[in-house]
Amino acid sequence: MYNFDVEKPTSIADAVAALGREEAQPMSGGQTLIPTLKARLAMPSVLVSLRGIDEMQGICTDDQGRLCIGGGTLHAVVAKEAAAQYPALAGLAARIGDPAVRNRGTIGGSVANNDPSACYPSAVLASGATVVTNAREIAADDFFEGMFATALEEGEIVTEVKFPIPEKAHYEKFIQPASRFPLVAVFVAKFGDGVRVAVTGASEDGVFRWTDAEAALSSNFDAGAIEGLTVDGSGMISDLHGSGDYRAHLVGVMTKRAVAALS
Amino acid sequence: MPKDGGIGASSKRREDVRFLTGEGNYTDDINLNGQAYVFFLRSDIAHGTLNSVDTSAAEAMPGVVKIFTGADFEAVGSIPCGWQVTDKHGEAMQEPRHPVLAHGKVRHVGEPIAAVVAESLGEARDAAEAIEVDISELPAVVDMKEAVKDGAPKVHDDLTSNLCYDWGFVEENKGAVDQAFKDAAHVTTLELVNNRLVANPMEPRVAVGDYARGTGDHTLYTTSQNPHVIRLLMGAFVLGIPEHKLRVVAPDVGGGFGTKIFHYQEEAFCTFAAKACNRPVKWTSSRSEAFMSDAHGRDHVTKIQMALDADNNFTALRTDTYANMGAYLSTFAPSVPTWLHGTLMAGNYKTPLIYVNVKAVFTNTVPVDAYRGAGRPEATYQLERLVDKCAHELGVDPIALRRQNFITEFPYATPVAVEYDTGDYVATMDKLEEISDMAGFNARRAASEAKGKLRGFGVNCYIEACGIAPSNLVGQLGARAGLYESATVRVNATGGLVVMTGSHSHGQGHETAFPQVIAEMIGIPEEMVEIVHGDTANTPMGMGTYGSRSLAVGGSAMVRATEKIIAKAKKIASHLLEASEGDIELKDGAFSVAGTDKSVAWGDVTLAAYVPHNYPLEDIEPGLEETAFYDPANFTYPSGAYACEVELDPETGQVTIERFAAADDFGNIVNPMIVTGQVHGGLAQGIGQALMENCTYDSDGQLLSASYMDYAIPRASDLPFYTVDHSCQTPCTHNPLGVKGCGEAGAIGSPPAVVNAVLDAMRSGGKDVGHIDMPVTPARVWAAMNG
Repeated sequence: MYNFDVEKPTSIADAVAALGREEAQPMSGGQTLIPTLKARLAMPSVLVSLRGIDEMQGICTDDQGRLCIGGGTLHAVVAKEAAAQYPALAGLAARIGDPAVRNRGTIGGSVANNDPSACYPSAVLASGATVVTNAREIAADDFFEGMFATALEEGEIVTEVKFPIPEKAHYEKFIQPASRFPLVAVFVAKFGDGVRVAVTGASEDGVFRWTDAEAALSSNFDAGAIEGLTVDGSGMISDLHGSGDYRAHLVGVMTKRAVAALS
Repeated sequence: MPKDGGIGASSKRREDVRFLTGEGNYTDDINLNGQAYVFFLRSDIAHGTLNSVDTSAAEAMPGVVKIFTGADFEAVGSIPCGWQVTDKHGEAMQEPRHPVLAHGKVRHVGEPIAAVVAESLGEARDAAEAIEVDISELPAVVDMKEAVKDGAPKVHDDLTSNLCYDWGFVEENKGAVDQAFKDAAHVTTLELVNNRLVANPMEPRVAVGDYARGTGDHTLYTTSQNPHVIRLLMGAFVLGIPEHKLRVVAPDVGGGFGTKIFHYQEEAFCTFAAKACNRPVKWTSSRSEAFMSDAHGRDHVTKIQMALDADNNFTALRTDTYANMGAYLSTFAPSVPTWLHGTLMAGNYKTPLIYVNVKAVFTNTVPVDAYRGAGRPEATYQLERLVDKCAHELGVDPIALRRQNFITEFPYATPVAVEYDTGDYVATMDKLEEISDMAGFNARRAASEAKGKLRGFGVNCYIEACGIAPSNLVGQLGARAGLYESATVRVNATGGLVVMTGSHSHGQGHETAFPQVIAEMIGIPEEMVEIVHGDTANTPMGMGTYGSRSLAVGGSAMVRATEKIIAKAKKIASHLLEASEGDIELKDGAFSVAGTDKSVAWGDVTLAAYVPHNYPLEDIEPGLEETAFYDPANFTYPSGAYACEVELDPETGQVTIERFAAADDFGNIVNPMIVTGQVHGGLAQGIGQALMENCTYDSDGQLLSASYMDYAIPRASDLPFYTVDHSCQTPCTHNPLGVKGCGEAGAIGSPPAVVNAVLDAMRSGGKDVGHIDMPVTPARVWAAMNG
């Protein structure tokens, strides 16, 4: 990696100030960023670590009953502490990477990076969560804008994610055998007023909602309800590990399995 | 009851104490005073004309000691190839120059163009980025069949084409084979790909060059399976350093799997640069560099055909293979698809007529060479897939068809130049049927189907030729070196022994198993024997470890040297006991006079050898140290039968290995635990090839599977608990231990069983696709089932 300065602010305000420096780059766990730096594919002049900010740590419930997870909260903490209130989300966190990754990586980092094969964005989108930043609150439907693209402005920090807790939910993941990221994974969340289905790993546009499935499942929450529904393979990622058509097929299979797990 | 020492005991691996406690001494642990670091600037273009390499800006960068380019190595020899293949017209293979640093052209992604030596690795890397390289990109050739077409871009402009050789074996049999196909009652044809693999030893390659200006002595520390071979190749052919001024040390090495046999440019560079810079120069490969600079394995494209008579007897076999050499000839590359592959095409069967054609092809890819099994997995895979396909086409049981055609009489001279000394293929197949619980398969299949899964059962046999190799034979076949092994056994005054062996242990457990043999021969505890290896300064010239040869060849050399020790010790004992030498017996660590109670302990005899106050000095020299070189009379021929049971998810195409059974005949066994471990490791790599591993280039020669993000190797959870049995033992007839070698069997014998099982599962789901190429990934299975 190239040389850079490191700042470790202890408040959101200080972090925002530090990110105002030229070529500054936030780091919230570094599970993507550090390998990128080691490969010399990025050259920030200053890394601003978001891991020392107490107000971005931990999990609580707000007065609307939402599960509020600080942006700097480790996957391992979510896996443990969200298990009682939101087991599907905790289960997702428990299966990200390996123990080393889960004890360095954070929810804020994952959501802000919006890797098209990351796990968390599917939970955020399927839950209809709200992404809180230092400046504003952004609905999940408005947050994810495509592969590695989000609504975040330069220097804006994900400080918290607020998850409405569904009646029931399930995350079904089919792994890419080398990276063990999702080749296709589907998060199905059933709320009183409908079902939300979010798909990660599959699309060239990153995480997306499968609205046809949502409509079918909202009227009949049964795996059979999406029999015959398909997603178009043409916009799907096609690579060494599977064609777009294969990924499109897996979207259906994973969705059915997620629903079956809840039936 | 299991033995607690000596031959046949599962002695715990003594080397694991240091490996598992972080006390190993690997090449990267070696740091010399004043050491500088090298970073190689590697080509990111697969094929291009190297117009210029401007280092002027880089040389002014902080910490730079010296920067080297291809021009600095013009007077230096080519990285040599250790094997020459003669083609079917009697012509020598085409052999291109292989420069230490690219000169004139770049020919694969990852080829080193320049090398920066600096005070730190970071500074070297910074400076490398300031080197201005001007390359005119040329069209790349990646596909072998395209590469040999007229008008294809040439990897080497000074060669006539991209065809390294067109080998026919046995050329004289070709007419008879073709006639047998015309006369056949049935012909089965199969086209397949043996996928390119990356070896991925846990420890990446490292080289540290050192030069002593006061004496002119060079030392190279390197991650090698065969330091003497590196010393000879690099000293004599590349850098012109005689052996007595060059020491090569391969200390603890963290896995090799073949890819650390070869002499690499980085070794020659560090040795050369240490003198040029007058300070030690160290290179440690990153994992990313390993993917694009370690020799790859396999990469064959094959069409194979079997002719059968009306009674389902195999009457003839012919096979045509394109074998990828990559951009240059790595050390053993030409031998892998020929003499380690064509000679194995008889397999376990008495097929009377066989013809093998191999076209070796240059492409703009990393050189391809031996990887665990080296040629024999490629032979086994095509043959055992073909036999399964024959059985299904004929509607006969695949095991019955195999049994019908088994070789049953030994020795057996195959039509492909080798003579199997022993074997019992019926016994290993019987054992396999027992340990794989074939009888319970239908119930297990029903259980899988009840949960919506398909279940398949696949078997294969294998034979391998290892214990490499008889020097006179391989010399005739094109080897440019002998393949004996050496051992010096030094007995210390108080009775302990040190064995200095030319074999090299990089995971095999020699430090445990070799002492077991000597302990058995003398009747002393294993702890009294120490193994020294990996340093040309203190071991006799030996050829190293590969081809499952260490115990069969290196162990035999050690036995021969120990026999000399015992013979001399008996002379000393006869003097001490005042008895006739012919009456002296060695048992349980003591010499006794037959028929009497007179005896003298091993330690008293060894002490007498070094404190010869009472000693037959008029007849024999003092001291107790002997050397032996052992050159085998034949290859050894381990064999076995493997069974794989898979579950297949028809919705996703995911295949999981549910059971795997291996029944091997390794001849006599010194340490059953180590043998089991070797089989486990080989199976993991064979299953990895069958299900997951795939080294892939795009049509521009860019490596697509260049990291663990895209190159899948199996993890523990991808593998089942194996059932491994090696109780079928037909001892090798020509080495003193009766051993055959077990290091590669698992990787050789497992891929066809996996694919046969997957196809069986697909058939049970109503889909008979005939063949599916490795790796059998979920995407491929799904595509095949829905094609």
